[in-house]
Order: sequence, then structure tokens, then C-alpha cells
Amino acid sequence: MHNFDFVKPSSIADAVKAMGQDGAQALSGGQTLIPTMKQRLAAPSVLVSLTGIKEMQGVCMGEGGLHVGAATPHAIVAREAKSHYPALAALAGGIGDPAVRVRGTIGGSIANNDPAACYPSAVLGSGATVVTNKRKIAADDYFQGLFTTALEEGEIVIEVVFPIPEKAAYVKFNQPASRFALTGVFVAKFASGVRVAVTGASQNGVFRWTDAENALGRSFNAQMVSGLTVDASEMIGDLHGTPAYRANLVKVLTSRAVAAAG
Amino acid sequence: MTKVSMTVNGRAVSGDVEGRTLLSSFLREGLGLTGTHVGCDTSQCGACVVHVNGQPVKSCSVFAQDVAGAEVKTIEGMANADGSLSVIQQAFQDHHGLQCGFCTPGMVMSAAALLKENPKPSEQDVRHYLEGNICRCTGYHNIVKAVMAASGQDVSQIAAE
Ligand SMILES: Cc1cc2nc3c(=O)[nH]c(=O)nc-3n(C[C@H](O)[C@H](O)[C@H](O)COP(=O)(O)OP(=O)(O)OC[C@H]3O[C@@H](n4cnc5c(N)ncnc54)[C@H](O)[C@@H]3O)c2cc1C
Ligand code: FES
Ligand code: FES
Repeated sequence: MHNFDFVKPSSIADAVKAMGQDGAQALSGGQTLIPTMKQRLAAPSVLVSLTGIKEMQGVCMGEGGLHVGAATPHAIVAREAKSHYPALAALAGGIGDPAVRVRGTIGGSIANNDPAACYPSAVLGSGATVVTNKRKIAADDYFQGLFTTALEEGEIVIEVVFPIPEKAAYVKFNQPASRFALTGVFVAKFASGVRVAVTGASQNGVFRWTDAENALGRSFNAQMVSGLTVDASEMIGDLHGTPAYRANLVKVLTSRAVAAAG
Repeated sequence: MTKVSMTVNGRAVSGDVEGRTLLSSFLREGLGLTGTHVGCDTSQCGACVVHVNGQPVKSCSVFAQDVAGAEVKTIEGMANADGSLSVIQQAFQDHHGLQCGFCTPGMVMSAAALLKENPKPSEQDVRHYLEGNICRCTGYHNIVKAVMAASGQDVSQIAAE
């Protein structure tokens, strides 16, 4: 790993300032970035740790729904979001393993936008808002493909605001070696309609399965999905599963998520 | 170089580190606490798990400077004050929960974190909690048995394999 200057600001303002330096990069839980730096796929000259910023920590109800600070570790979301948004808490509690959940954060997860990560499906499936130091970004505009987001150079995710659905569930088909999702589906039913977000399946990262949203909007029932087909042409194919296998998983997991949401 | 201070196994320690110095390197090379093992160095295997402020953390995937001021506990801090093995360590020995021993420090630290959170886990709870700790020798069965025994549960019905 190349060396760098380590800074740990205690306020968002100081973090934004530090991020303005040449070659600066944000560090949250480090569960992705540190292995990436060891492979020299990232070599920041200044690393700005966000773990000392109190304003970016924790979970609370507020305007627009549940506010989750970007530097809140998965283990805290699993515990503290439980009474407000059980499906989100369950998703956080199923990420990786206990030690990963102690360090890994929602901000790091959605900034990275790994195509197999869990959180992007909750953010897109809930129609959440990503709040940065500059602006508020709707989930539909935020995720822009494999490891790509609307974030600009030096922009920091501060928090994510989740509207609370009437019913929701996340069902993940584990890839047991990596502990990421081989495919995962987040379903949320709001008074205004249903949202279905799929992770782990598409070559373009997390996406909304609109056919299922329309069908489930007519009747929120797992059987509504059985007549639908999923286009396999854009699906990931690797040694864990073919595109057709993943396309089928999308359908199966969506039904299971609807059933689990009740 | 930057000076970093923390508490390790109840003792105040400090040392000079670079930005890139990992907690695992600080413990092993800086403090000579080589009980914390580095297996994969990519946050996959759990051999390097230590407790930071009471919670399990993969020390190969956190920078020493990021945990400045923290309370860290390593495998060297697990034995009882008189030097005898702690209940969990003794259970690993009694139930043959290790063979080469490389994964054992991480297993013991993860097991200790589990039992603090969940003093009477089911076999399924133990297997689930230890998902991030990989063992290439034992086949896990006796590790699970040891953790169950350490929680004070009867393991005579769990067959040896
Ligand atoms: C063994 C293992 C298993 C895992 N299993 C799963 C799983 O099942 N599901 C899953 O979803 N994830 C999984 N993960 C990923 C993990 O949960 C973390 O979410 C992920 O590593 C990123 O979060 P982090 O806080 O560690 O970010 P970091 O590694 O610190 O950062 C990741 C990237 O985001 C940037 N960044 C971080 N915070 C911000 C911010 N606030 N604003 C802007 N940019 C930022 C960094 O610059 C970097 O580019 C796993 C990881 C490991 C090691
Ligand atoms: S050495 Fe840290 S997880 Fe393998
Ligand atoms: S005892 Fe050898 S790796 Fe677990």
C-alpha cells in the first residue's frame, strides 16, 4: 500500500475542507477501501476519515422519514432502525459478518455502489434521498451503473433519508464465499405504489423492476409476479451463476420478498 | 510518522506509525503482540479479529490512527489474571477446537464477542456468528462445540466428528 497522510476531522466542514486537497479521498469503515488500497487500485495521498464526525453518526426519525448518518455502521442500523424500519434493519444485520458490520457503513456502501451490495437496493427500493454536503439527490438519480454514482469529486454523503413504507422486505440469496448478495431484492409498498429494487443481478448495478412494480401495484400478492419474465440479456454471468439463473432468481426472490413483507 | 496512543489489554501504549500502518501491524510489529494472526490481509478470514471498544473488528482492515484512544483487546489479554486459560480458551482445548491454531485467536475473539451479546446461543447462532472466521483444519464442528460448551451448555449430545 502506498503511504498517505491520515486526517480525522471532527466536523463536516473540516472534512469538506480536507477533501479539497489534491489526491484526497474519504475513508469510512474501510472494509472496501483498505483492501482496494492494498491492491494499489486506489492510492490517495490524503485519507480523510469520517469516523470521528458525530453529525454523521446514528439513526433518528425526522423530516421525510428515517435519517441514517452516512458514517453509521451496519451493526448500529441493525439495532437502532429496528423499531422504525424493520426491513432496513434486517438488511443491515445481514451484511457480511459481525466484524464487517462493526466497521462498514451505509455511506461507504452507497458511495462504492458495488453491483452485489445490499444497501443500494434499500435506498432505491425505498425511494430514499441521499444528502451530501452540496445537495439532495433522489435515489433514482443517484445510482448510475456499476461502481458509478452521481457523486462529484470531493462530494461527501452526509446522510440518507428513508421514507417509511407500509410494508417492506429484503430477501438476499447469499454468495457464501464473499458473503455479498448473489442476487437480492428489496420490495417496498407505499400508499402511492410499490417499488422493487434488485441488486447483484444486473451488469449495470442496482435497478428497479418496473413490470413487477406495476403488477404488485394492482395487487400486493406474490402470485402477481409468477406470470412475469425477466430479461436475462443484461444480467451478470460468472462462475456463481449464469445470466438466466440470475434472471430466475430475481423473480423467485421478488415473490419471497412480497410474501415476507406480508 | 505520527504518534498514536491507545489502551491494549488494559495497558496504555503508544508508538510511531505511518498513515498506512494497520492496527494488525501496530499490534504485531509495534507491540510484539504476535498472537493476532494475519491470514488473508483482505478482510475475508477473521484470523486478525480483536476487540475495539468491546466490539469485534478485523485488525487488518483498520488503520492504527483511526482507532487512536480506543480500548483494544487481543488474544494476549484473554487469559485469566493468574495466567490460566479463560473459559473459552479452555473449551477450545477440551473440545479439540483447533488443529494448526492459525485461526484460533480470531475464533476466540469472535466467540467472546458472541457470548457477550448472546450468553446462551444455539448451535445455529454460533455457526452464523462465526461466518467471518475461516478455519482450514477443523471442519468447524469442534469449534462450534467448544463455543457451546463455553456458554455452559451441555454438548454431550453433539457428536464428535
Ligand atoms: C467480508 C466482507 C463481506 C461483505 N459483505 C457485504 C454484503 O453482504 N452486503 C453488502 O452490501 N456489503 C458487504 N460488504 C461491504 C461492506 O459492508 C461495506 O459496506 C463496504 O465495505 C463499504 O463501506 P465502508 O464504510 O467500509 O466504506 P469504505 O471502504 O471506507 O469506502 C468505500 C468507498 O466509499 C467512499 N466513501 C466512504 N464514505 C463516503 C461518504 N460518506 N461520502 C462519499 N464517499 C464515501 C470511499 O472513498 C471509498 O471509495 C462486505 C465486506 C466484506 C469485507
Ligand atoms: S487477516 Fe484480517 S480478515 Fe484475514
Ligand atoms: S485450526 Fe488450522 S486454520 Fe483453524
